[in-house]
Amino acid sequence: MNHSVLIVEDEPNIVLSVKFLMEGAGFDVRVASDGNSALKEVNQSPPNIILLDVMLPDRDGYSVCEAIKANADWQDIRILMLTAKGRDLDREKGLALGADDYITKPFSTRELVERVVEVSKELAVT
Amino acid sequence: MLSGWFIILASFGYIGLLFAIAYYGDKRADAGRGIINNPYIYSLSIAVYATSWTFYGSVGRAAADGLIFITIYLGPTLMFVAWWFLLQKILRISKANGITSIADFIASRYGKSTAIGGLVTLIAVVGITPYISLQLKALSTSLTVLLEYPEIVMPKADSGMPVVSFTAFIVAMAMAVFAILFGTRHLDPSEHHEGVVAAVAFESIVKLIAFVSVGLFVTFGLYDGFGDLFMKAAAKPELKKLFTISPSSNYAQWVTLTILSMAAILCLPRQFHITIVENVGTDHLGKAVWMFPLYLLLINIFVLPIAVGGLLQFPAGNVDPDTFVLTLPMSTKNEGLALLAFIGGLSAATGMAIISAIALSTMICNEVLMPALLRMVWLRLNERGDLTSLVLNLRRFSCIFVMLLSYGYFVFIGESYTLVTIGLLSFAAAAQFAPAIIGGIFWKGATAQGAFAGLGLGFVVWIYTLLLPSFALSGWLQQSFIESGPFGIELLKPYEFLGLTGMDNISHSLFWSMVVNIGSYIWVSVNTEQSAIERIQAAIFVDAEKYSGTAGRSNLWQGAAAVDDLRDLLYRFVGPYRTEQAFKDHARIRGLDLDDLMAVDAEFVGVAERLLAGAIGSASARVLVASVVKGDIVSLDEVLQILDETSEVIEYSHRLEQKSSELEIASDNLRKANEQLQELDRLKDDFLSTISHELRTPLTSIRSFGEILFDKPEIDLAQRKQFLSVIISESERLTRLINQILDLAKMEAGSMDWEMSEVDAGEAIEEALVAMSSLMADKSIALDLKLPDNLPHVFADRDRLIQVVVNLLSNAVKFCSGPEPVVKIAVEADGDTLLVRVVDNGPGVPDGVEEMIFEKFQQVGNTLTSKPRGTGLGLPISRQIVEHFGGKIWFEKAAEGADFRFTLPFTRGFQIAE
Repeated sequence: MNHSVLIVEDEPNIVLSVKFLMEGAGFDVRVASDGNSALKEVNQSPPNIILLDVMLPDRDGYSVCEAIKANADWQDIRILMLTAKGRDLDREKGLALGADDYITKPFSTRELVERVVEVSKELAVT
Repeated sequence: MLSGWFIILASFGYIGLLFAIAYYGDKRADAGRGIINNPYIYSLSIAVYATSWTFYGSVGRAAADGLIFITIYLGPTLMFVAWWFLLQKILRISKANGITSIADFIASRYGKSTAIGGLVTLIAVVGITPYISLQLKALSTSLTVLLEYPEIVMPKADSGMPVVSFTAFIVAMAMAVFAILFGTRHLDPSEHHEGVVAAVAFESIVKLIAFVSVGLFVTFGLYDGFGDLFMKAAAKPELKKLFTISPSSNYAQWVTLTILSMAAILCLPRQFHITIVENVGTDHLGKAVWMFPLYLLLINIFVLPIAVGGLLQFPAGNVDPDTFVLTLPMSTKNEGLALLAFIGGLSAATGMAIISAIALSTMICNEVLMPALLRMVWLRLNERGDLTSLVLNLRRFSCIFVMLLSYGYFVFIGESYTLVTIGLLSFAAAAQFAPAIIGGIFWKGATAQGAFAGLGLGFVVWIYTLLLPSFALSGWLQQSFIESGPFGIELLKPYEFLGLTGMDNISHSLFWSMVVNIGSYIWVSVNTEQSAIERIQAAIFVDAEKYSGTAGRSNLWQGAAAVDDLRDLLYRFVGPYRTEQAFKDHARIRGLDLDDLMAVDAEFVGVAERLLAGAIGSASARVLVASVVKGDIVSLDEVLQILDETSEVIEYSHRLEQKSSELEIASDNLRKANEQLQELDRLKDDFLSTISHELRTPLTSIRSFGEILFDKPEIDLAQRKQFLSVIISESERLTRLINQILDLAKMEAGSMDWEMSEVDAGEAIEEALVAMSSLMADKSIALDLKLPDNLPHVFADRDRLIQVVVNLLSNAVKFCSGPEPVVKIAVEADGDTLLVRVVDNGPGVPDGVEEMIFEKFQQVGNTLTSKPRGTGLGLPISRQIVEHFGGKIWFEKAAEGADFRFTLPFTRGFQIAE
């Protein structure tokens, strides 16, 4: 069964490209354009992987990450932070909150796909 | 033929000449071109020290005791040559504090004490009276002797008395008149009598010429030079001892007399008056320190030759050596020289008597009469009008009083003494001032009580050991008082007090009076406390250098006085002219406006007090000023703070405190600046981070689709087109963003190139609408435009104005919602400004962020992902532009939707045309 990926991103053009890439890599793709709808999606049906933007209109990606990691049922969800905030400080903060990886925009599409595939393989092993 | 009437005529002629000189001197001084303002006249005036005692008495002394007469000139020479700094300090203190007399000086030092002023005056009057009477004696004797010409007859103490007395009386009154005419002409706060000083200086020249002439005549006329004279004298053993120093010489007396004359040059009231009070330029002292000793040297060269010559010429001993200067020329019928000698003696006597009378009368008036009168409240002196004439009359009467007193002493006592002995009596009295003066200017701890005790007890000893015996010798007291002591008590014998023998009378008296004077001065000072004002005065006197710029200006007065009260007071004592002059000067220095001044401060009061002190003495001035000043002399604590050693520490620590608080403020400022810098740094970081984020976002899309299209050439055409259009629109977004960032940076830095001109705002708005029309049409947004015709022009950059309208319109278009999205534009003239409104029917702006939206990268309500993304710079740029045009832009709260408004001022020209 294909792993599911939830793209949390408010920039429609970025959503368009990431969705195309993820579908191309064989994932089931869902999209949320802000933090709250993302949590709603997770609540409905937890995805295997979340590609999480930090700068969201309502609540930032860090708090979404924190909320998910705080829930015992969702420990298996892998979170990749996907952000235009490139400072080391931001990166460390994301990783400290339990994000599994941190990818800076603009990213290489191949690298993005590779990383997501890698994470999904770990999921397959466990 | 030297007839009586000719001598009298010559004398009056000479005195007339002195009057003329004094008159001329005063006139020149009044005109502001004083003739005495040079060190030569100053030095000559100090030579008033050489009185008829010098002129006649030195020869007498030399004839009797030999070289010891020179000690009287050795002391002053030492003082001027070696101790000039003492004179300089006294001079500086006196000038800074407007000192009018030696009594004023001492009283001033010890807290402006009226008691001390009075005591000093008493000592001076009692002590100096014999000295003035000495001048009368010398003068009347010389006149009597000269009138007998061509006979040489000594006036007999018993038979000649009435004539001599009458002559002396006339002379005394003539001197009193002179002193009154030129010494009390007007009340001068600086107590300068330039005419008198000029006359005295002239007299010094005359007496020097006269004496030297007689000396030359004796040495080279009667004898064949010094060698011949002394060879002949050496042949006689009783003469030889006069000019050789033998083992039998009384060295103790040499020392005593030198010390005594040193004290005298400082402490004699007339010397203090002429050296200190009449001084018109402190730098004159520099020349006087060698010129005055030189004068003394010149006038002493011929003392011994004349004495020896006289003794050789009159071997019978029937001629008083005191008259040798006069009788030697007479003996050879040298009429002209005899007359010159007489005139010289007259000069020496009148100079001394006049200056003494002026000095003493000033002291009597300022230190005794005025304080006494001011204390007699029933006289209501404070309420009387012009008091200058009262003060002047008091001084005139004092002059006459002093001369009468001297005349009295001459009549009743003087006959039994030689000139030198009388002079030394006065010297010993004046020497009593020395401890109080010298101690006063070097020892801050000396108290008024100490000074009073020293002066008083020293004076008592002087009376007991010198004055009372002089009465006894004249027969006014029992002779046994001297011989066996009062009531037969041997230990109290005035010339051998407590069994002290082996000293001459003067040395004996000086020894005991100084032991008592200095001893009690120090002992009482150490054991008493100073009052506040004493402390201040002590500091001003001792630290004269420190306070030279501010001496007397230290604010002794607390509180203020009404300027009119002070004015009234001063008018009465120094007259309106000098008062206004002083007030004006002070006001100018302080930058005060005298006309607006109602109450004056302590510093101003200080000026008034000093002016008044110059006229009536510091003690009286203080009493008077105290009557108009509200508040009192500063309290002890404040004085300590101003002046004391401790206060310097307080002052220092205060300054340190101030410095540290300044440092604290400085470091506080630095800290704040640092915080601001950190805040700015943080803002810059945030800004860069935000810009980076904003730039990365479109770049992400561009790169992603670029890579997708590169990696997957198999993508179908429709999708390829879609991806490419994303790349294009995101590129446009990126370009727009970069342009806006640059614009904003330029505007904020003020380096934007504005093309300002008169712009038809309506036309510009229409152009903006055209640019936006296709977008609006795409979104089927309705436009509601209210744009009146013939709007006045505005002064703006047309392209930038269009940019503002486009920014607002794109916001409106972006947020328009509902089934019937509509954008409303309303333009209207509002007073002298143009008001433009851009309204949409979207969700509006949330409460509390109305201002925030005009800041950089603050986007709100951006929830609908389908909306085109803004850069977050549109509104900040619009605000910069509108404000540059002189208008303002804001968000108006509306029931629904967003209502953005901005104003632009009309250009003035069009406004008028309307």
